[in-house]
Amino acid sequence: MKEIRVHGRGGQGSVTAAELLAIAAFSDGKFSQAFPSFGVERRGAPVQAFTRIGDKPIRLRSQIYEPDYVIVQDPTLIDIVDVAHGMDENGIVIINSDFNPEDFNLDTDAKIMTVDATKIALDVIGRPIVNTILLGAFAGATDEINPESIKEAVKERFPGKIGDKNAEAVQKAYDMIREGNK
Amino acid sequence: MVELRNITKDMMTVVEGSYAVAHATKVCKPNVISAYPITPQTHIVEELSQFIADGEIENCDYINVESEFSALSTLVGSSATGARTYSSTTSQGLALMHEVLFNASGMRLPIVVTVVNRALSAPINIWNDQQDSVSERDSGWIQLYAEDVQEAADMVAQAYKVGEDPDVMLPVMVCMDGFLLSHVYEPVVLLEEDLIDDYLLPFDPKYKLDPKDPKTFGAFAPPASYTEFRYAQEQAMSAALDKIEKAADDFYDVFGRYYGGLIDEYKTDDADIIIMAKGSIIGTIRDVIDNLRENGVKVGLLKVRALRPFPKDAIKEVVKDSSVVITLDKNISPGVNEGALCTETKACMYNSDINVPVIGYMIGLGGRDIPEDTIENIVDEAKEVINSGISTESQFTDLREDLI
Repeated sequence: MKEIRVHGRGGQGSVTAAELLAIAAFSDGKFSQAFPSFGVERRGAPVQAFTRIGDKPIRLRSQIYEPDYVIVQDPTLIDIVDVAHGMDENGIVIINSDFNPEDFNLDTDAKIMTVDATKIALDVIGRPIVNTILLGAFAGATDEINPESIKEAVKERFPGKIGDKNAEAVQKAYDMIREGNK
Repeated sequence: MVELRNITKDMMTVVEGSYAVAHATKVCKPNVISAYPITPQTHIVEELSQFIADGEIENCDYINVESEFSALSTLVGSSATGARTYSSTTSQGLALMHEVLFNASGMRLPIVVTVVNRALSAPINIWNDQQDSVSERDSGWIQLYAEDVQEAADMVAQAYKVGEDPDVMLPVMVCMDGFLLSHVYEPVVLLEEDLIDDYLLPFDPKYKLDPKDPKTFGAFAPPASYTEFRYAQEQAMSAALDKIEKAADDFYDVFGRYYGGLIDEYKTDDADIIIMAKGSIIGTIRDVIDNLRENGVKVGLLKVRALRPFPKDAIKEVVKDSSVVITLDKNISPGVNEGALCTETKACMYNSDINVPVIGYMIGLGGRDIPEDTIENIVDEAKEVINSGISTESQFTDLREDLI
């Protein structure tokens, strides 16, 4: 079983990201589960959402304390939340940032990767909403999920032009992460 | 029979728990829905309102009201005319229904309410525990508790089957943990519309309000007859014991899914330690048991599906050969320092020849997370009970000493 924790701020679509990841993983042939950290919803407050992906039906319902992967939607969270908490050296932290991974001094042995999802969002979608884009980066960074499944899930959730644009941005983030890690 | 799910992945889809429950409700063909939105129940009634607005439920009215008190009162009147009725609520909303709960059960109206379990104020807390429904256990409603989304959705159909049985005629609460089940996305089989008529008969009560054949429901019962109404209610609860088992068996025959009847068991056959619980904590317990079994710990699960009627005989049969029983309760009766399963499990063994120690834990109150470690630590404490007897009969779990 793989466990993913999404860190974001209220209004950035962290819960939606976790849900779309679960939907995409299921269409890849895996079992999955996604749930929010049940905070009091306030725009801008730090929030978490969780996804589990496994080969068997998932029964565990605790929050995720030792994630395999972490997605950080907003790099300003890093000053106030220990985003890599509980990770080991096999883990990957994906941060939305135009900085390089080595610019982040996280207290972890996990690998840090960055993608400028905000720039992709502004270029492709025209709005700084990065949740779906980071799923493309996740697929590129981890090989846990087929990017086509993410694009399908995104298009189903956001029908029409907005979904098409998001899918395009997902692909772009996937390609960028792949390119940066050759 | 233990849990059996004849499911292939092509039958499943990943949806939010609330959607799966709303869909199942739609498939059960209610005639009147009335509810008042409250976190974390809101998504269920939003989905149902959408179904109604889209004309997806025939012969059904969604009646908007200003409170939960009115929502349930609306259903009392509707159900008495022979309508199949549904509502959903939680926490303060269920508390506000309190007076009407007794009217519904006293008038023997098989209303179904999904209780999306949440803590009660004060202090205000929107997160999950089961204090809301457990506090209504004397209201005369059947109470069923679901382990996961699939069971919470399918249980709506089972609730109508049991409640509307002519030998029962009682309202039913289907209890599902707030957020943990209502807001989780996971793969489920949406209740099959094409099979429901093989399972659920149309609701056709023997007595109903009809202007052409006037009757009165819930009228006056003086001391000379009130006791007999209460006795009849208890008889109906008693009849429901078998009906709940049968509703689960019949559900398996039609839909191929079985979650236990009054209870379910997991690895109890040779178990020294039996963990008793209800609701979404069951999934985590199953994982803990598998881990501990790998290390040779003989531990099993007794999943309680029905809190009312309380399955005394089924519980005694499972625990009688064990060495210790752990009860995990997301509720407390202050002044007893015990949760409901602890008190009632002990009570049902007294006056019998079963003498197994029971230790109780109040856990997951107000949404406090329940990691696997917490349950493993409790099992360690149970091992001590086997070796040296009970030191603490019932206690709070994971208390934060820094806040006390």
